[in-house]
Amino acid sequence: MSDAAIASSSGGFGTGARAVWDVVLPVVVVVAVIIGAWYVACVPMNIKEALTQAERAGAVVEPAGAKERRDMSAVGLALANSAYARDTLNQERPRLPAPHQVGQELWNTTGGMVLNGKAFSKRSLIYHGWVTLSATVLGFAIGTVAGVGLAIGIVHSRVMNMAVMPWAIASQTIPILAIAPMIIVVLNSIGVTGLLPKALISAYLSFFPVAVGMVKGLRSPDNMQLDLLSTYSASQSETFWKLRLPSSMPYFFTSMKIGMAASLVGAIVGELPTGAVRGLGARLLAGSYYGQTVQIWAALFAAAILAAVLVGVIGLLQRMTLKKMGMVH
Amino acid sequence: MAPLDEERMNGVAQDPVIVAEKLDLTFQTNDGAVQALRDVNLTINKGDFVSFIGPSGCGKTTFLRVAAALEHPTGGTLSVNGMTPDEARQQRAYGYVFQAAGLYPWRTIAKNIKLPLEIMGYSKESQQEHLERVLKLVDLEGFGEKFPWQLSGGMQQRASIARALAFDADILLMDEPFGALDEIVRDHLNEQLLALWERTGKTIGFVTHSIPEAVYLSTRIVVMSPRPGRITDVIESTLPRERPLDIRDTPEFLEIAHRVREGLRAGHAYDD
Ligand SMILES: Nc1ncnc2c1ncn2[C@@H]1O[C@H](COP(=O)(O)OP(=O)(O)O)[C@@H](O)[C@H]1O
Ligand SMILES: [Mg+2]
Repeated sequence: MSDAAIASSSGGFGTGARAVWDVVLPVVVVVAVIIGAWYVACVPMNIKEALTQAERAGAVVEPAGAKERRDMSAVGLALANSAYARDTLNQERPRLPAPHQVGQELWNTTGGMVLNGKAFSKRSLIYHGWVTLSATVLGFAIGTVAGVGLAIGIVHSRVMNMAVMPWAIASQTIPILAIAPMIIVVLNSIGVTGLLPKALISAYLSFFPVAVGMVKGLRSPDNMQLDLLSTYSASQSETFWKLRLPSSMPYFFTSMKIGMAASLVGAIVGELPTGAVRGLGARLLAGSYYGQTVQIWAALFAAAILAAVLVGVIGLLQRMTLKKMGMVH
Repeated sequence: MAPLDEERMNGVAQDPVIVAEKLDLTFQTNDGAVQALRDVNLTINKGDFVSFIGPSGCGKTTFLRVAAALEHPTGGTLSVNGMTPDEARQQRAYGYVFQAAGLYPWRTIAKNIKLPLEIMGYSKESQQEHLERVLKLVDLEGFGEKFPWQLSGGMQQRASIARALAFDADILLMDEPFGALDEIVRDHLNEQLLALWERTGKTIGFVTHSIPEAVYLSTRIVVMSPRPGRITDVIESTLPRERPLDIRDTPEFLEIAHRVREGLRAGHAYDD
């Protein structure tokens, strides 16, 4: 439970609202500082291009000539030509797009397209987000089932613990960028295309945190709790259903949050090598081919928002489940 | 002293429930062998209330755990109702109460108490009957739907006793069940435990650190001593079965407490 919720449930309305504000305020301040720093960073990042364009349009800048300026420090240029600072924030292909440009692009490719009735057009981030989302969720489901299954095996069998765990760990040391193209190519060659190859990459990344978290969770009952069941001559499966599984729930949700984030990364990485045209990964790649930095940043933010929503949904499920189980109060 | 003497002293034929003969238990640890129990001979009869007292590390818990088949002896024998502890456990011969209540936080009090009943395959109606009976026994009627965190420490411990009582085991093994509670709550629970013992006729093995608690509750007090863990004295209580709390101020009570203290001191003598 968040501090705000605790505080607001213990106090009256006044103190509750105050407590919420106490939590919101730092967040607002941090966001404002980040956006401010971002704007400031845009000026030196984009100043050379801004000056080149201004000069081409006939303005006098200090010093004259793109060649002269090339090796100069960007900060020095920005200070010497502060009149052109504004121009750095509204370029078509900036090195670093300004926050409002990214925001505008995000809106144009989501809400704006919905308003035009083109929510699922090829330029819409809703469409690309949906493509990525479906691979993410499918891969996450496969990874979670595999992770939980592995964990159950590892906890109940010494042999599995010794035989499987090293492989599971080794699998995660292989850079995903190295094997993602192989998975895609191999699966394509046997006729498996579309959603599934990407989902398998997601599953590959997400089973591990789930397995590790669940092993820990299923082992979390202490000796006394296990001895208690021994005195009832409980079987392994009764011990599992009545003690190990319920004890593991907090671990389960926490590891699912990590698994979900990993799944999203997997789906995006899976969209990079295929020459794919669909999905946030493809959007990122296309953006970098054509120097569309604004598009890249918008896709990045879309991915971040998607991750936040997915992890938030799991967090909500966690809160509801544990509350129903009487484990948060 | 021979611990089996009291059968002759009482002069009546008794029904042995737990019998330990030449019991040894040595734990192998990284720092070498630990003799948790050495040459322990003890008979606990039906309906006895036997307390185990002694400094920590003298094997009180280990003895109870051997009786409950949670540990296995490395020498000698221990039988429960004439069976091995493992067989006795299969027959649900005993309920075990640990030092901490150990209620499952995701189960209500009622569901916690039903846990052994579910595992032992009681029918739904029978579970409910047993639940209501033991809730009354430990004075927790009306708290069945509460979660453990909503109850005080003393109430949680009572719920854990109810859980051990729920399946009608004739033997109750309790390892410092009130050790973590304050004195007032403890007095109250001691009184209730005695009443419960009186009503149900169960055989109780009870580990404690407290001399007054041991004397107040027991028909017999087993004094133990560490390194190696062994029995140094068995003291027969002369108190009547009916024991109001203020019996603790009578000369008879103080006399027994004195003997226990002497026994503990004697066991400790060669530590100094
Ligand atoms: N599982 C174990 N492994 C190793 N040593 C143990 C184990 N359980 C108990 N012991 C040791 O056996 C001795 C007796 O322990 P215990 O029966 O718990 O004593 P008490 O309950 O009287 O305090 C102690 O020295 C303790 O350290
Ligand atoms: Mg102990």
